[in-house]
Amino acid sequence: MSATQSKSRTERLMAQPAIGMLLAWMIVPLAMTVYFSTQYFNLLYPNKSSFVGLENFAYFFTYPSFWTSVLNTLLLVGAVLAITVVIGVLISVLVDEHFPGQGIVRMLLISPFFIMPTVAALTWKNLLMNPVSGFFAWVARLFGMTPVNWFADWPLFSVILVVAWEWLPFAILIFVTALQSMDREQKEAAQVDGARAWEVFRYLTLPHLARPIAVVVMIEAIFLLNVFAEIFVTTNGGPGDATTNVPYLVYTQALLEFDVGAASAGGLVAVVLANIVAFFLVRLIGETLTAR
Amino acid sequence: MSTYQSRRQTLRTIRSIAAWIVAFAMFFPILWMLLTSFKSELDAFSMPPRFAFEPTLENYRTIFARANYMHYAWNSVAAAGGATVLGMLVAVPAAYAFAFHPTARTRSTLLWMLSTKMLPGVGVLVPIYLLARDANLLDSTTALVLVFALINLPIMVWMIYTYFRDVPMEIMEAAKVDGAGTWETMLHVLLPVSRGGLASTALLCLILSWNESFWSLNLTTSRAAPLSALVASFSSPEGLFWAKLSAVSTLACAPILVLGWFSQKQLVRGLTFGAVK
Repeated sequence: MSATQSKSRTERLMAQPAIGMLLAWMIVPLAMTVYFSTQYFNLLYPNKSSFVGLENFAYFFTYPSFWTSVLNTLLLVGAVLAITVVIGVLISVLVDEHFPGQGIVRMLLISPFFIMPTVAALTWKNLLMNPVSGFFAWVARLFGMTPVNWFADWPLFSVILVVAWEWLPFAILIFVTALQSMDREQKEAAQVDGARAWEVFRYLTLPHLARPIAVVVMIEAIFLLNVFAEIFVTTNGGPGDATTNVPYLVYTQALLEFDVGAASAGGLVAVVLANIVAFFLVRLIGETLTAR
Repeated sequence: MSTYQSRRQTLRTIRSIAAWIVAFAMFFPILWMLLTSFKSELDAFSMPPRFAFEPTLENYRTIFARANYMHYAWNSVAAAGGATVLGMLVAVPAAYAFAFHPTARTRSTLLWMLSTKMLPGVGVLVPIYLLARDANLLDSTTALVLVFALINLPIMVWMIYTYFRDVPMEIMEAAKVDGAGTWETMLHVLLPVSRGGLASTALLCLILSWNESFWSLNLTTSRAAPLSALVASFSSPEGLFWAKLSAVSTLACAPILVLGWFSQKQLVRGLTFGAVK
């Protein structure tokens, strides 16, 4: 090991482009966001910018849509996490033991992960959830029920369903991989000792999955805090602000109302939300790094 | 004993049938999209839905002729491909330095890189938009290549780092003893033995860039708009459009779906920063 730890200059310089690029990507725009958030700055009147202190934050914090968007963000993230983790664990346990066509079943299960968000959202909204000609409407009528007008009556729930469908495969993929490293002999020994399936699941499988679950929750949270395209192509944040999350609100402030100051203040709120998650994820992955 | 075994057999059969049903349900939206792309617009909208219909290629023809599909497809290839190449060129040397020449700060640098991935897009949307505007890069492939490479760089460095860490030190040492320099060791020893890992890293970057829909919707309008933006333009159409939407969607997703199927095992490592293997 010591021979390779020589402090050769070339080798240390090799990491510099990556570090430099990420530093520029993080520090420069973030500093600009912080600066803009203290300015009155509207792209329609670019010459009239002036320092306004914390007024943009005050504007946001008293703006009713802002709190709705924070709540919507938390509901979206929370609901999708709950659905993907619970159903993901159940499905991965279901497909863990060998059966005919296992490979194909797994391929089908992870497919939605590779579908781009705009396609997923528009396919669900039109082909499946349309209240007149959608597939779900047909199923509802088959059972003599009135078709649900998904995006009009249950807008946030509809967005949650679409996003959960996109992210469930990710959870399944991680859990299936994790289950493969589980001690089969221990499980079989427990079964021979007369342990019920439920007990094996509760006392062997779940503890084994604790860490993968934590990883899934945190990595999904990073992406789910940023959900944008699915809302952009289905509801435009509506009806009213029923499906406006923080990213969508910042987008409307910045690129529709051209209010750079307010958008920056909102962007910083998103950064704070993400940092709370990031703090825990970095600690968890840091442990793996030391563990080796 | 035999009843016990037959009971287990029945349970196993029920289980595999259940697994097939669940898998079919998950895949159904994609299947339905594929089927709809071969229907006429009238069949696509009919109620009850048509399971048997006369397949037509009309939608695909329309997409190529009128929606200028190739223009958007090329933009997607250029943006995702460019970002992958740029990202690999920067990530491989960095991962090499971290894996084989660690210093006291390597661990914290790696974790810091990971933390840049947590920076939400909206936190920097305004400045990036303004910088791109001032540099005349709005609606340009260059802007997308840069942004896609940057948002994927942490994942790529991490993923390659975990592959490099698995390369036995002896191979590297042997090359050194034979008098090979840093670049020679990297080119002739390290890169060949870890080519599988490098390929799946590049593939992951390609998939994530191809499907990226936040920056591509916000930084492009038409000239550099990739497929995700073309699909988004179907969100406010007039008249019957389901079959055409399905055809565009199928074309936009098919290549990535196939690539994804082949690389599913390696993706886990990249997406979890090596925390699950």
